[in-house]
Amino acid sequence: MEGAKGEGPAGGGAMEKCVEQPGQQDHHIRDGDFVVLKREDVFKAVQVQRRKKVTFEKQWFFLDNVIGHSYGTAFEVSNSGNLQPKKMMEEITSETKEAGIDNRNIVDDGKSQKLTQDDIKALKDKGIKGEEIVQQLIENSTTFRDKTEFAQDKYIKKKKKKYEAIITVVKPSTRILSIMYYAREPGKINYMRYDTLAQMLTLGNIHAGNKMVVMETCAGLVLGAVMERMGGFGSIIQMYPGGGPVRAATTCFGFPKSFFNNLYEFPLGKVNSLLNGTFSSKALPSESISVSVEENNGILLDDLQTSPKEKEENIAEVIENNHPQQETMEIISQEPEFKEHKERGSKKDYIQEFQRKQEQQKKRQIEAAALLSERNADGLIIASRYHPTPLALSLLEFVAPSRPFVIYCHYKEPLVECYTKLREKGGVINLRLSETWLRNYQVLPDRSHPKLMMSGGGGYLLSGITVANDKQKSESCTLESQKTEEPTAKKRKIQESDSALEDLP
Amino acid sequence: MSFVEYEELIKEGDTAIIFLGHGSMFPVQVQRGAQTQTKYGVIRHSAHLIGQPFGSRVTCSKGGWVYVLHPTPELWTLNLPHRTQILYSTDISIITMMLELKPGSIVCESGTGSGSLSHAIIRTVAPTGHLHTVEFHQQRAQKAEEEFREHRVDRWVTVRNQDVCKNGFGVSHVADAVFLDIPSPWEAIGHAKDALKVEGGRLCSFSPCIEQVQRTCQALTEHGFIEVTTLEILLREYNVRTANLPMPDLGGALDPLPVLGEAQFKIGVPLKETVGHTGYLTFASKNLF
Repeated sequence: MEGAKGEGPAGGGAMEKCVEQPGQQDHHIRDGDFVVLKREDVFKAVQVQRRKKVTFEKQWFFLDNVIGHSYGTAFEVSNSGNLQPKKMMEEITSETKEAGIDNRNIVDDGKSQKLTQDDIKALKDKGIKGEEIVQQLIENSTTFRDKTEFAQDKYIKKKKKKYEAIITVVKPSTRILSIMYYAREPGKINYMRYDTLAQMLTLGNIHAGNKMVVMETCAGLVLGAVMERMGGFGSIIQMYPGGGPVRAATTCFGFPKSFFNNLYEFPLGKVNSLLNGTFSSKALPSESISVSVEENNGILLDDLQTSPKEKEENIAEVIENNHPQQETMEIISQEPEFKEHKERGSKKDYIQEFQRKQEQQKKRQIEAAALLSERNADGLIIASRYHPTPLALSLLEFVAPSRPFVIYCHYKEPLVECYTKLREKGGVINLRLSETWLRNYQVLPDRSHPKLMMSGGGGYLLSGITVANDKQKSESCTLESQKTEEPTAKKRKIQESDSALEDLP
Repeated sequence: MSFVEYEELIKEGDTAIIFLGHGSMFPVQVQRGAQTQTKYGVIRHSAHLIGQPFGSRVTCSKGGWVYVLHPTPELWTLNLPHRTQILYSTDISIITMMLELKPGSIVCESGTGSGSLSHAIIRTVAPTGHLHTVEFHQQRAQKAEEEFREHRVDRWVTVRNQDVCKNGFGVSHVADAVFLDIPSPWEAIGHAKDALKVEGGRLCSFSPCIEQVQRTCQALTEHGFIEVTTLEILLREYNVRTANLPMPDLGGALDPLPVLGEAQFKIGVPLKETVGHTGYLTFASKNLF
């Protein structure tokens, strides 16, 4: 994908403008911006484009009207499919001061709502505002006045959610995108919960100026999170399996072009040859570009964050609008350069361009190989669908001493094995196998309680710190002490207080 | 060394972390001619530390050895001198992500306390961001300032010795994020709103008790904050062990297979006791309108 798009996924005309004019302008939505739509707690990432139909939460609309507004602005969908900005409205909730004490006399006879389904549909078809429908529902509910104050509150909230669709346009961030992915497409990010990703960024001491090695198959979400924390300072070498790195989620961040200058990629299949010194640039796969384009095409930004129902619609659109061979063009067409070629219809130019990109990609990989060969990376992040042990054992070779590393796995058992193998190999200390639990709370006057328990599903982390591996030097030591990386005298001492020490928080 | 930039070699004035094994470690201020005592013997700074690479193994006078580590905010959190109760890395991680901190962010914090979170914030917002931290306890404010200088991060932080509930953060409409870890955060919400940029920003308040959370959420709503959410994050750590389960003797062999003996396997066992609660984290966004 990187190769095909050349200058990185953020390579849209509008994006470049955005980069050149930072500051206040950053807070306004522009044509071409990557944004996130938010309704209640549901998110969807899209790119703003004029006259492009967007489907979100069973509604379709155009994004033309959001351009020029500040991020964080709330919109309402009008009948014509346009978004109209909505100011914060005065709460009309407690007009009815009447309320019951308990529900002893409330009977569920199914007749408390005097409006029929057809009545409600007619109101909607007339284009009546959502808040008015809610008001009508309240007025026509015979039990509403008998409900307790809390139950009334709850009733209104529920109806508002259904009839008053307010869509907020927000700026993408790791917070929003990782919450969005965990809710919508957890399988694509190996079920990594957002608090687990947060731990990784902290445990890995990700910050500006680092030289990071990242191996992920999380749609580019982990890469994006690392890029956000590095702010364009330092360098990242992304190790990728197959034909090319997947960066669908990375694209959603809408990073400035400059962030991609120091982002390198290196094929996982060449790691061993790089480690044993037989690596040569000629051995690099030349077909990687075409493969990577295709791989990415399956998860285009648009159909990336859609529910199955929406997906069907999108697929229908694609079939309508595109001939099969044009499909690969769709992602490329985001780049103006390519668009021109496509418009001119010059196939020869396109092939030339393609070859130029291919050469460029090869050059980048040689640069990546050189960076790795220095073996002085400032950290390693692994989060993939592969078994972590072989990845950790090889990729840690590229990391300098006294640097943190973090390995994610959806399951605990492979990390137990990885822990054991890393211990045997040495060169690592402070190994820690951990997991986080996240608990959300409802906080309301007299109604505070935990919302839901999340556990088990967020994945596990193995973290540690690299140190100089003195294996060769310590050959005089006993086998026992080599294994544990402790001299015998010291080991004995520690063993006495072993359990006590290890149980410290 | 610096807390915001890795360096290869140890030099005078650095803070280094001496790692003794099994999670036991302590910080040292590297000084020519200085000595540090460990249970494995003496470390002579001039000979053992200065000029050596971080991550190397140092053999002490009694023949035992330790590792010298490059400082990070996470290692500092585990080793800093406590002047107050501190925030640990598990909470810090989610705070950093939910406040959307990154290089360039301007952050307001109160109280500074022992500087555990401060170091993590500075690491994340450097080299283009800044931290404005407020601590009403004069001695703690001074000590924090000293530490920031020692750790060579003082250019990214301003410490103010004042009461955040009465006098605010000392800045107005500059912050992308505000963090509160004080006994009565609801009294500082107005100041937090004032500190945040006109275009909006994120807020987080840390409180151990639910009653504090209740009042904070109420104050947040009254001041027009939106997206108010409260959460709690818990760390579960596992020890990796080899477990043995003896096979039961069922009184003779019906089955021809010799099943007596032991089954051995590697496991991750939860710690016997672990932190059950640090505090509730309440997040909110400043409303645009």
